[in-house]
Amino acid sequence: MTAQSAPVGRLISDEEWKLVQALRAGDEAAFEALIERYHASLVRLAMLYVSDRAIAEDVTQETWLGVLEGLPRFEGRASLKTWLFRILTNRAKTRGQRESRSIPFSAFWDPDAEPAEPAVSPERFLPDDNPVTPHHWAVKPAAWDEIPEEYFLTRETLAHIQKAIEALPPSQREVITLRDIEGWTADEVCNALEISETNQRVLLHRARARVRRTLEVYFDEGRSSDER
Amino acid sequence: MSVDKLTCQELIELVTEYLEGALPPTDRARFERHLEGCVDCNHYLDQMKRTIRLTGRLTEASLAPQAKNELLKIFRDWKKR
Repeated sequence: MTAQSAPVGRLISDEEWKLVQALRAGDEAAFEALIERYHASLVRLAMLYVSDRAIAEDVTQETWLGVLEGLPRFEGRASLKTWLFRILTNRAKTRGQRESRSIPFSAFWDPDAEPAEPAVSPERFLPDDNPVTPHHWAVKPAAWDEIPEEYFLTRETLAHIQKAIEALPPSQREVITLRDIEGWTADEVCNALEISETNQRVLLHRARARVRRTLEVYFDEGRSSDER
Repeated sequence: MSVDKLTCQELIELVTEYLEGALPPTDRARFERHLEGCVDCNHYLDQMKRTIRLTGRLTEASLAPQAKNELLKIFRDWKKR
């Protein structure tokens, strides 16, 4: 085996494997590249399990030390991202438990144990006994495509989204953070959280629906005050 | 009302499965048939896509210089061992 090629049975890309080899050799530039790429994400993920940012930063620092110490044992059987995530969540969950915080254990989430959560309030639809179009929109969704993109992309909009996500039940927050903020694939999320495809989708559906509702209220308020 | 027609209230609950490509072909066809005739559900689907896009913009935090220096120090200490 040359230093350049990853071991047989690995799941890591050649590029990442080179990075690992460079780290083992003590290459600071390689470490810098790694923290530039992953540190902010890891802090955000740590925030899922602990109560404040300082603790999340702390846990993430511990994670990096754990990564360096774990390098000799890392065989590339998982992608670098998955490996980092595992080290981080183990530490963050331990810390969260110490602060007796309720931890999002999506793996034990049972969709049947919770009441159904409609994506849009049933009151916004015509009743069942409507003679023409039952269950069609009564209070219609606004056409956001008529609003210019720069109106959407403001600090304030992003702050509303952030708040909506923070207010989600923990298992929904975990899934939407990985999928829609971090851009993980459905498969990656199912593997990392050890949840079924269906549960992943239900959690994502509920989370996105709640964020959309928050934005709808915010944009409707904005537009009605513009008209005044 | 024919059973194979989706209502708006049913459609909105299938949006995630639709966007994930997880709807079986017949359900996908029903979903798309509804969209062809319903402006409001098109607006809803567009709202959902925008919501997802905007959520993706929350990533833009970068590594603060102070945090970076602390991490580089951890690295140098580790290397010395």
